[in-house]
Amino acid sequence: MLLEVRGLDVAYGDFQVVWDVSIAVAAGEAVALLGPNGSGKSTVVNTISGLVPVQAGEIRFDDQNLTERPTHHRAGLGLAHVLERRRVFPHLTVRQNLMLGAWHPAAKAARARSLERMFALFPRLAERQGQVARTLSGGEQQMLALGRGLMGLPRLLMVDEPFLGLAPQVIGQMRAVFEAIRREGIAILFIEQNVRLALSIASRGYILESGRMAIAGPAKDLIDSPVTRRIFLGG
Amino acid sequence: MADDPTLKLEAARAQPLWPRPPAWAVALGLAAGGFLIAYPAIFPSPFSLHLMIMIFLYALMAQSWNVMAGLSGQISLGHAMFFGIGAYAASVLFAKYGVSPWIGLLVGMAISALAAAAVGLPTLRLKGHYFAIATLLIGSGVQIVFSRWEWVGAASGLYIPIERTSPWLSFQFHGAKTPYYFLALGAAALGYLLVWHLRRTRFGFRLQAVRDEPEAAASLGVAVSGHKVLAFMLSGAMMSAAGTFYAQYVLVLDPERLFSLDISILVLLMTVLGGSGTLWGPALGAAILVPLSEYSRIWFGGTGRTVDLIVYGILIVLICMFRPRGLLSLIEDRLRRREGERA
Repeated sequence: MLLEVRGLDVAYGDFQVVWDVSIAVAAGEAVALLGPNGSGKSTVVNTISGLVPVQAGEIRFDDQNLTERPTHHRAGLGLAHVLERRRVFPHLTVRQNLMLGAWHPAAKAARARSLERMFALFPRLAERQGQVARTLSGGEQQMLALGRGLMGLPRLLMVDEPFLGLAPQVIGQMRAVFEAIRREGIAILFIEQNVRLALSIASRGYILESGRMAIAGPAKDLIDSPVTRRIFLGG
Repeated sequence: MADDPTLKLEAARAQPLWPRPPAWAVALGLAAGGFLIAYPAIFPSPFSLHLMIMIFLYALMAQSWNVMAGLSGQISLGHAMFFGIGAYAASVLFAKYGVSPWIGLLVGMAISALAAAAVGLPTLRLKGHYFAIATLLIGSGVQIVFSRWEWVGAASGLYIPIERTSPWLSFQFHGAKTPYYFLALGAAALGYLLVWHLRRTRFGFRLQAVRDEPEAAASLGVAVSGHKVLAFMLSGAMMSAAGTFYAQYVLVLDPERLFSLDISILVLLMTVLGGSGTLWGPALGAAILVPLSEYSRIWFGGTGRTVDLIVYGILIVLICMFRPRGLLSLIEDRLRRREGERA
């Protein structure tokens, strides 16, 4: 397994929000992390990338224990995290944003090639490369955030709500991009609220409910599961 | 044709990371530089020179504050401590050991950078306003230390001994203000050149990334608090250089004035007024506020000591209400609009 999270507990101060969550992602696999608002999806991913400290449990990436590593060391191991709401650097240009993604030595060495790859993957970014990021549309910013994450040559790309607020047409483009990334052998762990959309992209899924793992399994099992229906439709 | 992806890639590859400044900006810069060099010949009166010296100094000080606040997003309320350290380091070395203030300048910058690291390492790891509060308190603490420290003259301060034999080495020109004018101009120009360059380096990009989206920067592998500490060290060293210069200009060390909170607040006001995070905002702020303070002192005399502060307060309220990005944003917006019309 590329990523293995075991028995994760997370608390903000005294307030525990995640209980005993375990997640595994294999190399080259697309996995969805699902759940209603406030179920702890973002907290889990933020803990994996180190932005939120671990209370209990273990995070292993590529057979190394990540639990005590500072956030900025994790990118170099091949772990990229595209945060919720994109978080592009608003006053830097598209190209500068991308360059900042290639920060650790291996990524830096491949920078020129990575940049071409991103422009091929996202032709819009090539057109807008001299523009400051805050002037981009929502979909373009999401592409930029993804591209910036990919510039670090990750083996696992974690994306928080990549489809949020995108037009249906852009969602279609994003799906194609996800497929292209996965075909390159990069594993994807993404957060989504739209179960049907997410499970049509991912091969497996995990569903969180109030900070606990409610159900996990292959995409087609989850879609038909009564547990899924209960969580997302109530009753 | 326009949609041909290979052509787009070609065009993309050819673009530099930073566009060259437009011709009119270069021309304007050269004209302004020429004017500043000719200024002492055109306006030779001591007051007009003094006014410009103070503008240059404050422009440098505000820029140093801007490195911290505008580039890495941390508000320091104790910047006067570096100003004072710079003034004391050079002057004490000169007064007690006869060391040239030029060497003292470097010593002061080194001490300030170390002091910045000592303050920044524990406080810049925290989110929120802890850093601002810590610098405010440490700043006043340092002032108290210097007002009690007998060896450096305690509260009555220190007079820098008059030295007339080698003015350039001892950094003293007495009645002549023109050398001070050019030294201050040079110091400010060097400071702005440094920051201009810094903003175009990868370190500068990373600082801006840390300022705008610290979590995203961290997840990309940027050591967030480390970058803030480095920015603070650089900022402290710049402020210290201005302090050294000021002490050699007035030839007296007064802890009450050198470490005063007024200075810490003034550099903040100037930067915010002109435009925090921009290159020329701090200079614009200094060019507006320094004359205001000098003229109010002339008009109101001793009783008007605080009139300028009242006016500053009103200006800041107005800026916050109508132009939170500073005066420079007025021009920037207009330029952008015109470019938009052309495209």
